[in-house]
Amino acid sequence: MKKTLGNIYLTLVLIFMYAPIATLMILSFNASKSRSHFGGFTLGWYIGLLENEEVMAAFRTTLVLAFLSAVIATVLGTAACTGMVFMKKRSRSIIMGITNIPMLNADIVTGVSLMLLFIACRATMGFTTVLLAHISFNIPYVILSVMPRYRELKMSTYEAALDLGATPVYAFFKVVIPDLMGAILSGFLMSFTMSLDDFIITHFTQGPGFDTLSTKIYSEVKKGINPEIYALSTIMFLTILVLLFLVNYRPGSKRPDGEIHVRTRKEVVVSSGKRGTV
Amino acid sequence: MRKRALLLSIFFLTMSLSGCGGNSSTGINSDNVVYVFNWGEYIDPEILTMFTEETGIEVVYDEFETNEIMYPKIKAGAVNYDLVCPSDYMIKKMIDNDLLQEINYDNVPNYVNIGEDYWAQAESYDPGNRYSVPYVWGTVGILYNKTMVTEKVDSWGILWDPKYKDEILMQDSVRDAFMVAERYLGYSMNTTDEDELQAAKKLLQQQKPLVQAYVIDQVRDKMIGNEAAIGVIYSGEAIFTQRENPDLEYAIPKEGTALWMDSWVIPKGAKHKENAEKFINYLCRPDIAYLNFDYITYSTPNMPARDLIEDEDIRTSPIAFPDLSQYVLEVQTSLGEEADRHLSDLWREVKSY
Amino acid sequence: MNNKKVRFLAGPYVLWSAGFIIIPLCLIFYYAFTDASGAFSIDNVAGIISYVNMKALILSMAFSLGSTLICLLIAYPLALILSTVSTKNSSLLSLLFILPMWMNSLLRTYAWQNILERKGVINGILTALSLPPLYIINKPPAILLGMVYDFLPFMILPVYNSVSRIDKDLINAASDLGAGYRQIFLRVIWPLSLPGVISGITMVFVPSLTTFVISDILGGGKILLIGNVIEQLFTQDSDWNAGAGLSMVLMVFILISMMITSKYDREDIR
Repeated sequence: MKKTLGNIYLTLVLIFMYAPIATLMILSFNASKSRSHFGGFTLGWYIGLLENEEVMAAFRTTLVLAFLSAVIATVLGTAACTGMVFMKKRSRSIIMGITNIPMLNADIVTGVSLMLLFIACRATMGFTTVLLAHISFNIPYVILSVMPRYRELKMSTYEAALDLGATPVYAFFKVVIPDLMGAILSGFLMSFTMSLDDFIITHFTQGPGFDTLSTKIYSEVKKGINPEIYALSTIMFLTILVLLFLVNYRPGSKRPDGEIHVRTRKEVVVSSGKRGTV
Repeated sequence: MRKRALLLSIFFLTMSLSGCGGNSSTGINSDNVVYVFNWGEYIDPEILTMFTEETGIEVVYDEFETNEIMYPKIKAGAVNYDLVCPSDYMIKKMIDNDLLQEINYDNVPNYVNIGEDYWAQAESYDPGNRYSVPYVWGTVGILYNKTMVTEKVDSWGILWDPKYKDEILMQDSVRDAFMVAERYLGYSMNTTDEDELQAAKKLLQQQKPLVQAYVIDQVRDKMIGNEAAIGVIYSGEAIFTQRENPDLEYAIPKEGTALWMDSWVIPKGAKHKENAEKFINYLCRPDIAYLNFDYITYSTPNMPARDLIEDEDIRTSPIAFPDLSQYVLEVQTSLGEEADRHLSDLWREVKSY
Repeated sequence: MNNKKVRFLAGPYVLWSAGFIIIPLCLIFYYAFTDASGAFSIDNVAGIISYVNMKALILSMAFSLGSTLICLLIAYPLALILSTVSTKNSSLLSLLFILPMWMNSLLRTYAWQNILERKGVINGILTALSLPPLYIINKPPAILLGMVYDFLPFMILPVYNSVSRIDKDLINAASDLGAGYRQIFLRVIWPLSLPGVISGITMVFVPSLTTFVISDILGGGKILLIGNVIEQLFTQDSDWNAGAGLSMVLMVFILISMMITSKYDREDIR
């Protein structure tokens, strides 16, 4: 009885969470451009998508932006963590405090402050400004993901390598980095995801002729969304879905723990001692 | 765990890289471009392609939703558009704030196609026609659904009729919203008189409970989809919406309305002025202007283009090309920085009411 | 050894954070306390007490408190149920609950417009069942729903993580010692899950306090939240001073609520 109730509850919440996604998917097959009635089944929007230069350009920009900003943030963030390990506790906690600002601040304030900065510098708004903004809000995710791992790291292996004659750089890349790899990758993935979905900060730092999927969608919400965007999102969503299930359920793989593997901003904050530093 | 993450990131990597490859071909490296900033759904996208094919000039095209959203972007100077299409009062404001540069008409020989009357109308905000070339014009009016509104619609008053609670779509743009209230009260739409403004604000606040939503471009889709009975809309949308939903009808209220005009202007910071002029010239070509009219259905000031319209009903349509003497019309002018700010404060008071 | 040199690896980031975190915040501070001519002024920050801004702030508060509470009420039982499912299934299930985040959030919010509209999906179903239609689009419930929908995964995740980490032996021990379910929940589960609950709360509270997108898409322009006011001041009125002033107020507000939550956290965690 209790179990049935639980299942009903789970189902209800799942319906709530997937209703909009289902709606979008159905609309991507809707022959009529109007979103209020279903005018028959079509694959036209999927075919049209390939020829829609605007949407495809926004899609590419989004991916390139997410990838570049995540890579740069990962490099900068990991380097910063390495440096911080050797710092005095005091300067380290100051830097960690600053790192927490963008995590806790409202996106709108972060976006506006960066806009003011770029205008003050007379920078031309465009891909570069948005990239700088994205790197800025991505670095904290990397640091908050890598730093706790560093704390758990046993420096003795590194020192042993040195004693055995390895150069510090060699020892760092052969001993320390492999140990951190998991944390670095999850920092990277998180950055990638945050950048992919960001709207507010991009909204304030974008320039002419520049659109990510988010800003494109926002401007189209006002005048009616092009169904090709539904098609694109459906493809993206299904790709991720298939991928995640493949990765999680390869035959014979045993799950080491019950943890959720798509980590999000939230989890890092939970796990990485945000409350320790604030 | 690590393997999984690795797999995922390899996937992203390949996705992004494939994106990278494609991007370089569309990325704008050459200087042969023109940055255009226009209203939403305000040009036939085909024309942009044709322009590039014919001249080799790449068009970077962006859209804005209201004059008020466009203005700060140009003013801040952080974005360099070569060509913008604001409305009358906003052009005046931009001229007053020294944000525009004069158009070299030697590069725009097709300007002769724009009718005399329209140049004259443009004089009201751009004396001497030095900064702007008219693009489209029209009125603001009421679009209503005949199946839901059976009475005769000839007054702004219907927007305050409790019968239509939640069936009304109001314009979400300061000047147009206040214009409606001010005309209904019998004031000028350019008033800066505090008592009149307060009265208009009160009236708009009274209207708020009846309003389904404050929207701009969405009026079109919502009216076509029978989501609402009445909407305040620009005349140019009327022909398009009627095509899609024959139950819709457009009316100009007897209290008077705004006669507006959107024109092309070149901001001071423009880096490709000649390309901008070429673009204006292209749009002034009769065949192009006709093509564009057919797509956006906003009234064109281009006389030869109007003659090209095949459909007799549309060529003589009282909506697209009304006999202006029949109506009470006024042109919105720039009120000045101070008054603008005051008006937007009042508008916020309405919207948060 | 060469620890001093290694420290410089943090250099690029230190410079970066100075340039892209500290200086921008200083700019906000500068604009907040000057007027259009650049002279010192307190008006922008004091602007919060005007009727419009105050109402927007209070409304935002109400919405964010409401959505945080609802998210918690939905997520907590969910986390409990998920934690009782066998390990293999629970990871699949929890994946299902965060998967929606992989579709653009603006688009998903927009989809609610479709669902809630007067002629939308829900009303289509209701009319088919000859039930009275539901008109909540462009009204406060729609915005609340949008917030709950958008931020729910951010509550589910930390709560689930902390609940699933509770040692089952503790619960068994409590039950062996004669505690009823109510007592086990109040004395064992709830206190131990509190860190997750607290981080869930912060994660839902801040974005729903400051959003302007959800109210934009689902509010029909009829409801102004503090985020909307700030956004309009910057993008429509080009009144950076007033906008920065309100941003300052908002930051202080967030800071205070963070301090309150972290205090609760420490007191209760013992």
